[in-house]
Amino acid sequence: MSHTLRVDIVSAEAEIFSGEAQLVVATGEMGELGIAPRHAPLITRLKAGHVDVVLGNGERQQFWVSGGILEVQPQVVTVLADTAARASDLDEAAAQRAKQEAEDALANRTDAVEIAEAQAKLAEAITQLQALERLRKTLKH
Amino acid sequence: MASGREIKTKIKSTQNMRKVTRALEMVSASKIRKAQDLMKASRPYARAMRKVISHIAQASTDFNHPFLVEREGVARVGYIVISTDRGLCGGLNANLFRRLLPAIREWQDKGVQVDVVAVGQKAIQFFRRLKGINLVATASNLGERPKLEALIGVMKIALDAYMGGKLDRVFLAHNEFINTMTQKPAVHALLPLPVAAGEMAEGQTGSPDYPVAGLKLEQKHDWDYIYEPDPATVLEHVLGRYIESVVYQGVLENLASEHAARMVAMKSASDNASKVIGELTLIYNKARQAAITQEISEIVGGAAAV
Repeated sequence: MSHTLRVDIVSAEAEIFSGEAQLVVATGEMGELGIAPRHAPLITRLKAGHVDVVLGNGERQQFWVSGGILEVQPQVVTVLADTAARASDLDEAAAQRAKQEAEDALANRTDAVEIAEAQAKLAEAITQLQALERLRKTLKH
Repeated sequence: MASGREIKTKIKSTQNMRKVTRALEMVSASKIRKAQDLMKASRPYARAMRKVISHIAQASTDFNHPFLVEREGVARVGYIVISTDRGLCGGLNANLFRRLLPAIREWQDKGVQVDVVAVGQKAIQFFRRLKGINLVATASNLGERPKLEALIGVMKIALDAYMGGKLDRVFLAHNEFINTMTQKPAVHALLPLPVAAGEMAEGQTGSPDYPVAGLKLEQKHDWDYIYEPDPATVLEHVLGRYIESVVYQGVLENLASEHAARMVAMKSASDNASKVIGELTLIYNKARQAAITQEISEIVGGAAAV
């Protein structure tokens, strides 16, 4: 019996991560999911947010996805992200700016479609900032 | 024999033509790299998607999504045809259309209606003129970095028609990029998935990186997924994404093929121009020589007469 599971994180543009892990934590549509080896098969949509991978040696790697699909097989976890990045690659200034812009857009616009768009952008920016916050916390420890 | 001046103009114009074809060749040579990178970058996603879809197909779901169900009897089929926007790329588009036509005629002989979704200027022009088919949607000018958003509209038209029972089969036609020298026109079944998988199993197409290839739909295993929130929502989303990824990959392959084909076509055009220039120069020199010889012999003849 193996104590690790294989994790593949791919986005439409590139392969972000591929390797063995003890635990994967992701934000599913119905709530946060922690997946250990020999988890029952599961498939769900992902919300914008962080995906944490605890490697075989206990090291924790953090990623950010804008949404996507999570598929779990007993020994394999596949994350099909719309867009994904390593949390350390996220640009805090850019995320702050995006957040500001989305908030401004929300304040000024009245059209329903535009508001929905701005809200989606705002949610994305906020989750990016949260992912960075989490990353900073783990680095301090 | 044409006069010296006439030949000289011809040489000049051929040289200008060679300049243009050389430039086009070099432009394509630089763009092909980018197109290939794009194509390769999206392959891991397509591969992972294929794996997930094959798992889904194996699970024993109570819920039957229309994409997974093969319908009895075919009354109407749809083709999504991906072509280039611009010409001057050899027989790339012509080969694809030539590959498609017999299939379309065969459907029509069986009394099946054929709808076409054309992507790219060349396909739009071709299918607008073709009789007996319905051009239901078009998209063009995707540029050097095709965006998925630009394709969603036309895909939605085809998928909605399928979901609504207006189309019973959907096919995808594009050029497959094999290498710089070879591009292969390919027509794949896209929907329903069992048909697509059956076609692959028969080995009609063989590119290992093509997303549907190797997808086996062995029905009814003794396990099922935990679906969050529920099978309908999740499958709808996943299958939609899968189709998007297949079509998008097709567009990228076609783009890489376009640049490769244009590069090769323009290279041979440049080579031909060089050959013509060489021949014309030879004729020009001969004509000049003949004129000089004639002049001398006239002078000598004149001198002898005096």
